[in-house]
Amino acid sequence: MNISEKILAKASGKDEVCPGEIVEAKVDMAMINEITGPLTIEAFHKIGIKKVWNNRRIVMVLDHQVPADSVRSAELHKIMREFAKAQDIPNFYDVGSGGVCHQVMLEKGHVRPGELIVGADSHTCTYGALGAFGTGIGSTEMAAVFATGSIWLRVPETVRIDVGGSFQGFVTPKDLILNVVGQVKADGAIYKALEFAGPTIDEMSISGKMTLCNMTVEMGAKTGIVNPDEATLSYVKSLTDKPFKPFRSDSDSNYERNIEVTVDKLEPQVACPDTVDNVKPVSEVEGTPIDQAFIGSCTNGRLEDLRSAARIIKGRKVREGVRMLIAPASQEVYLESLQEGHLESFVKAGAYVCNPTCGVCFGGHMGLLALGETCISSSNRNFIGRMGSPEAKIYLASPATVAASAIKGEIADPRLLEA
Amino acid sequence: MKIHGKAVTFGNDVNTDVIIPGRYLTTLDAKELAKHAMEGIDPTFASKAREGVIIVAGGNFGCGSSREQAPIALKYAGVRGILANSFARIFYRNAINIGLPVLECPDLLGEVNLGDELSVDLATGKVVNLSENKSFQGLELPDLILEIIDDGGLIEHLKKRMRINERV
Repeated sequence: MNISEKILAKASGKDEVCPGEIVEAKVDMAMINEITGPLTIEAFHKIGIKKVWNNRRIVMVLDHQVPADSVRSAELHKIMREFAKAQDIPNFYDVGSGGVCHQVMLEKGHVRPGELIVGADSHTCTYGALGAFGTGIGSTEMAAVFATGSIWLRVPETVRIDVGGSFQGFVTPKDLILNVVGQVKADGAIYKALEFAGPTIDEMSISGKMTLCNMTVEMGAKTGIVNPDEATLSYVKSLTDKPFKPFRSDSDSNYERNIEVTVDKLEPQVACPDTVDNVKPVSEVEGTPIDQAFIGSCTNGRLEDLRSAARIIKGRKVREGVRMLIAPASQEVYLESLQEGHLESFVKAGAYVCNPTCGVCFGGHMGLLALGETCISSSNRNFIGRMGSPEAKIYLASPATVAASAIKGEIADPRLLEA
Repeated sequence: MKIHGKAVTFGNDVNTDVIIPGRYLTTLDAKELAKHAMEGIDPTFASKAREGVIIVAGGNFGCGSSREQAPIALKYAGVRGILANSFARIFYRNAINIGLPVLECPDLLGEVNLGDELSVDLATGKVVNLSENKSFQGLELPDLILEIIDDGGLIEHLKKRMRINERV
């Protein structure tokens, strides 16, 4: 069996499972945020059960509209706070204690290799970076998980993506995953698991693996996953004392198909409006004028991302007429970036440093776009109206490409700016 | 269980951000969400759907976010069911869980015009275009899913199951 099948077999108490099979699986961890959570809580109350199945296996995060930008948001936050208190849920991350939910889940040791984790957020697939099976579900389904601790799942077929070669300077895992989305297309992996392997993956940081797994949902996948190595296991052990049982794919595992990618000659990639699979090399869109540049989100708002942007921005100025927004993915990332001096470089360059939040990426609050404006963003979706006006355009790229574009005032290749 | 309604057609990859944009998600009021259904691609949708419609779409319907507000907005706007070549998995589960019928019907899109009168038998997967007098076969829904839709969604289904367990 491959890693996804092994995790689902364990979760459903079976020796073996195969693709297509429907299993009733026990959930190790369940996560909600304040956009999906209040509906979960409402549905949970309707079921008529008094206590959640396990208060220590639930994580609650306020991240989409923090701090509250309206009375309505404040009310949603209050519903979350009161539920956490009533149910005695210790892992509740209020404003100031967490950040973007997926970053918080990993940073705080709530994601452990070999576990089945469901989150009421589509980017729950990010957890595969540590060898966990993470998948997004909706609010009502989550209420049922809160009540029972289990969920029915179809065991997915797995597509293996073998990656070889070394990245050029300023070409990153984001460019790799955009390239893969461009090949596989938005509907190319519906219901499937995408497993990343090969020498390039073995060398990749956990932050980079998170970026890869995070965007698998943009191809319709149920999850993205990487076999955990020694470095991953020690990383997790440094965050939690909880025991866990990691799995790795057998060498004779079944895959629905294999895709091979070599990154040696990979150019920085850009997903053009209005679909994530409309991917072009940066050379084809260079020179497109921009109004806003954003770095942040669960895809690319980590320390490694801010470091890479700071290398480009330090000592330069954001082009007049461009707004550059930077939202570290968590309080922890914020503090580390502060200590390493990146936030200072951003502020001196004329960039606006926001608090940790999903707000900008999700078009919920802060940095919304007006009619006719163009934004280049390190986030994950460029759908019509995602970041504000339906008449605005969104390009997706790596933090390095976003930073280079902010300096030039138009979409730019970060490799050409370094000198 | 049968549904009837006039067809409204959409293409491929209709995503949750156009179904209900993020900026409206601060409300839990289904009727308020319904006012903005499909605003991103068809600002007149909410008024069109009021009389009760069936969406016919291409592949990957509902891709993107896990927001259950997307099927809720459609359901309360007047959508009685969605027939598509394929669905994004979270949207598919969410629709079933809130009691909005969804059926995979490959290649139906080209056979239906805007405003055609449709009738769908969810138990058999049979779709009839009454305006054109043609019938089509969608993929049959598994019994579990039919039961959840019949019960009016996952919560009602769970409550029913718990009552049965109590009696046993």
